[in-house]
Amino acid sequence: MKKKLLLLGDEAIALAAVNAGISGVYAYPGTPSTEITEFIQGNVAAKERGVHSKWCTNEKTAMEAALGVSYVGKRALVCMKHVGMNVAADAFVNSGITGANGGIVVVAADDPSMHSSQNEQDSRFYGKFAFIPVMEPSNQQEAYEMTAYAFELSEKMKTPVLLRVTTRMAHSRAVVEFEDRMESHDEIRIPANPMDWVLLPANSRRRYMEVLALNEELEEMAVGSRFNSYIDGQDKSMGIIACGIAYNYLMENMKGGCKHPVLKISQYPVPRKLVRKMASECKSVLVLEEGQPLLEELLRGLLDNGVKVMGRLSGEVPRTGELNADNIKPALGLGEKPSEKIPQVVVNRPPALCQGCGHRDVYASLNEALKDYPDHRVFSDIGCYTLGALPPFRAIHSCVDMGASITMAKGAADAGLFPAVAVIGDSTFTHSGITGLLDAVNSNASITVVISDNLTTGMTGGQDSAGTGKLERICEAVGVEKEHIRVVVPLAKNMEEIKSVIREELNYKGVSVIIPRRECIQTFNRKARQKKAQQEK
Amino acid sequence: MKKDIILAGVGGQGILSIATIIGEAALNQGLRIKQAEVHGMSQRGGDVQSNLRISSEPILSDLIPLKGADIIISLEPMEALRYLPFLAEDGWIVTNSEPFINIPNYPDINDVMAELGKVRNVVSLDVDKIAKDCGNARAANMVLLGAATPYLGMEPEKIEAGIERIFSKKGREVVELNIKALRAGRGVAESK
Repeated sequence: MKKKLLLLGDEAIALAAVNAGISGVYAYPGTPSTEITEFIQGNVAAKERGVHSKWCTNEKTAMEAALGVSYVGKRALVCMKHVGMNVAADAFVNSGITGANGGIVVVAADDPSMHSSQNEQDSRFYGKFAFIPVMEPSNQQEAYEMTAYAFELSEKMKTPVLLRVTTRMAHSRAVVEFEDRMESHDEIRIPANPMDWVLLPANSRRRYMEVLALNEELEEMAVGSRFNSYIDGQDKSMGIIACGIAYNYLMENMKGGCKHPVLKISQYPVPRKLVRKMASECKSVLVLEEGQPLLEELLRGLLDNGVKVMGRLSGEVPRTGELNADNIKPALGLGEKPSEKIPQVVVNRPPALCQGCGHRDVYASLNEALKDYPDHRVFSDIGCYTLGALPPFRAIHSCVDMGASITMAKGAADAGLFPAVAVIGDSTFTHSGITGLLDAVNSNASITVVISDNLTTGMTGGQDSAGTGKLERICEAVGVEKEHIRVVVPLAKNMEEIKSVIREELNYKGVSVIIPRRECIQTFNRKARQKKAQQEK
Repeated sequence: MKKDIILAGVGGQGILSIATIIGEAALNQGLRIKQAEVHGMSQRGGDVQSNLRISSEPILSDLIPLKGADIIISLEPMEALRYLPFLAEDGWIVTNSEPFINIPNYPDINDVMAELGKVRNVVSLDVDKIAKDCGNARAANMVLLGAATPYLGMEPEKIEAGIERIFSKKGREVVELNIKALRAGRGVAESK
């Protein structure tokens, strides 16, 4: 029986995965991918079936656990934001060589325009790099269907499949129609050739040849894929290739049909046969792709002596940022409609730390304590507390990747900077900070690490944090001296105490860790509301 | 039928609950919808918007094109102006008149209102006050939605039925309070 639901792109993927009979979803929260796992956590059928949905410590542990599921012949979904792919890359790229046993689908949610990210890297490159097929839905219905198909493809071709979405796809709702039926993949089934999974050089060399051959088959499948289509048009002065969601922006401008031939690509490896057809029939080719100009670059090549190619590199389409129906108009030869400007009276409203947030008290005290040290630098990390870079605090001097605060502070201290301070959140610390702290301990770096512990993963909406209740023990086990692990409560009334703790630890020639601990005001309020609602029942 | 709606506000104000109710009403009439939301960093007190597209025909882009919005519904007056490039020439702005000031350089509210005054079709009202007068300060969203109802191309009963379905889990009293707020908002819009 068909059912209909209004779903975010993320939720469509999640529902499809549950219905495809996954044994587990493995993920670390990251905008815009978080809602996939959250949907499965709240899904009744998934709960009844015991689908694993607990958050992982980071994207690499998630990818590896999913590989374990695949190894025993069951299905797993892995979800992360695009930069999470960098963390998972070791496992992901090598999974291209091991191949898959049970179906494994990796969702990378890219964030062009960097709504909530530090870059706009395009995960399709990872697919190409790892010889892993990529699916790129153009709408929520396709997101559902492609997820189901991706599991089949993964098992049939014995390879992980990368499902690439972007912010708009992830965070936009539409009605999705689906068959209300759940597959079962519950038997343990060890790989037919277990040596495929032992990536010793001799095995890897064999596998590499197999993977290269497989890639040609995958390309053939992309040529015939129901998700890729070649729609012919009369006007061959230009052919248009539209990848994933870019197809919608194209068609938004072509209501009633496009006069140019259109190649919609939603399944990779790039179906070269279809691209060649277009290049041979059309005078020029326009490439519309969300993210980086992967396809355009391939088409153009180093020599750039073939058909005229237009896109982000040639300037017809904006070089950076998200596409939309408006900014591709010039490339389509459609005039941009003159529109109103935003009135001058409108000023920017950047995000800010919440009123009542503990990070505020941390920065207020840190700024005070560091006043005496004009040469100080505070290396920070990824999370709500990154907003400490903005007024009124302007308290931090770096934010690079998950975990870089501790290691950059160590490097700066190694190079003679004093005082070198790191500010990292509890979830980021367990994600990628612990190994860096071990480095610092092992070389007795003179750094002060502030683990601002709000007992949750705040920025992404308050998911469980892997280190809750364990931080002091982790630091101690890594080798930080017990007397230099200091816990404080970041409240205005404790300001003097916190400042003096910071001052003491700044002067300690070694690794010290200060843990200001107070629950995130958002999760605190949410729990209070839930409690109140329960009492009213 | 086609309505392209931009919902605007400040992260935490709750623009999505307005979208949910319009969406519910649209779906119940067999219309298609697409609703692009903002999640993540800007939810922390930054400017947020949601693009809600309703149509009897298939909808392609998740985003509303420039000069495409039939209506901008905003919980904050300056935020309403931020999306002016997207407003269709004959489009409407329905906005809360009370500023949400969480930045040090918030402009003079008189300048904001003067700028709003230049827009052809504007309804501005103090939704917080009207909600309070209705006995439920937290129903400001519903007051605003009520004020927007005349421009949504849907009968008010359809919107009320949407409220019924969305809030029914929370009990009769909550439903009634929200419908009361909705009607109060509509009353203000219709009297302008």
